[in-house]
Amino acid sequence: MLKKISNIGDCGISCDFGDEVSKKTNREVIKLFNFIMDSIKSKKLKGILNSTPSYNKLIINFDLAKVKSKELIEFIKSNDYSKTILSEKNKNVEIPICYDEEFALDIKRLENKTKLSFKEIVEKHLKTNFFVYMIGFVPGHPFMGDLGKELEIDRLETPRVKLPKGSVGVVEKFCNIYSFESPGGWNIIGKTPFDLFDINKKDPSKLLPGDTVKFKSISKKEFLTFKNE
Amino acid sequence: MSSYFKILRPGINSTFQDLGRFQLQHLGVAPSGCMDKFLFSISNKLVGNNSSEGALEFAYQGPLLELVGESALVAVSGRINFNITKKNGDLIKGKPNESFLIQDGDKIDILSTIDSAYGYLSVAGGFKLKEVNGSISTLVRARIGPKDGDKLKIGEKIFLNDISSSGVKNKIKLHFEKNNTIRVIKGLQFNYFSNKSREDFFSKEYKVTRLTDRMGMRLEGEKLENIVSTNIKSEGIIKGSVQIPGDGQPIILLSDHPTIGGYPKIANIITADYDKLVQKTPGSKIKFKMVDLTIAESAFRQYVRKF
Repeated sequence: MLKKISNIGDCGISCDFGDEVSKKTNREVIKLFNFIMDSIKSKKLKGILNSTPSYNKLIINFDLAKVKSKELIEFIKSNDYSKTILSEKNKNVEIPICYDEEFALDIKRLENKTKLSFKEIVEKHLKTNFFVYMIGFVPGHPFMGDLGKELEIDRLETPRVKLPKGSVGVVEKFCNIYSFESPGGWNIIGKTPFDLFDINKKDPSKLLPGDTVKFKSISKKEFLTFKNE
Repeated sequence: MSSYFKILRPGINSTFQDLGRFQLQHLGVAPSGCMDKFLFSISNKLVGNNSSEGALEFAYQGPLLELVGESALVAVSGRINFNITKKNGDLIKGKPNESFLIQDGDKIDILSTIDSAYGYLSVAGGFKLKEVNGSISTLVRARIGPKDGDKLKIGEKIFLNDISSSGVKNKIKLHFEKNNTIRVIKGLQFNYFSNKSREDFFSKEYKVTRLTDRMGMRLEGEKLENIVSTNIKSEGIIKGSVQIPGDGQPIILLSDHPTIGGYPKIANIITADYDKLVQKTPGSKIKFKMVDLTIAESAFRQYVRKF
């Protein structure tokens, strides 16, 4: 449920859905996000620059020359978007992952912290039906969940300065994919050859907030010969 | 063949920018775009371009460029110290905020910005650049934009769009404000800070540090004490947000800001004062003044009247 709408400066609003970080809360955020994007497309809403969903909030940035916060807030309040169905907008994506020890940089730490064997960890990771909460940090980088309690572990004490593109990490109940080479503090469980982002495409990101993801285990040989379309 | 600028010196941080690349922040792409919207629009206006045409933005020391080809109408906007060297060797002192014609073999040498950070160079008809997702703005951190999303490089050729006539010379008298007051609206997590820190934020001066670029401006001053939590659940960022990380020193997020972030925000810069803010150089002091939305909106109406 949308709990509160607040202004951010003179050209933004925050739509707050409460403090809980859960799929249930996030689905509500994404319903409003989809509704805003549709309203932009159908020209019912003008002047929107960006609309950014996160776990429990949708932040909307607008062009003050074209729309005022009061009009935007009234527009949101006067429309019922809560009945929209996410599956109509969102998709299931299968992402190949290679768990080879060359790529799974934190096997030891994962085993020590979870008291499970890496094989058991991989099984549980493959079984999880991930939900994309949000995308950000770097282009195309998804924050997904939820991992089962038995796989929840903390961030690395010292983040790595550089992680290879495609590294798949876990922290707490979340799983991410480093869509570009970048620094990072997540526990690396494997690597995907699948390109998540290409700015030159009309739809640059393979994943959207609200999509679901399942990983598919591939061998190192399949990893090395994988071709992105 | 079309004319082009040959880059003999790229300058410190020269990038092509327009008004920004939007509708992609939910995919992790910051809007980028020109830092000083007013000066950006002035440089376009001076050469008769559409106000959203891409321009070359430079910071502090700008580029040295040589024109190869047909004569071109050019303008440099801002508080800028620059020279034009004619093909025959004559040196002419450049006049900013006034368009001028240059010929084949002439060089424009942008030496420095004066008491300011950013300036713009526009050419009549615009630069011939490949749009990336609807914009020629450059986001160097993610390598998004024309010329592989990178800064200007030495030896590069920047082609100009062909135009039938180069337009008429024009000049605009600009008035640059000296005052250091930046108006803000209370941020989403304003109440995370102690009463003393809320007062300090609006009464003490904050110094712009060297750790300032297109992504953010780090300030130094009275430490701001967070009494709730120094981390929040990551949420979407809007440019002009003043966030306070654990060390209590403000960082103002600018055009290349991260798309999401987890630090509490004490305030947001009003749109009308953003250009003034980004022109503050390291060492300068600023003071924040709280206003409400009504004042911010009326300040914005005044701001757009300048364009």
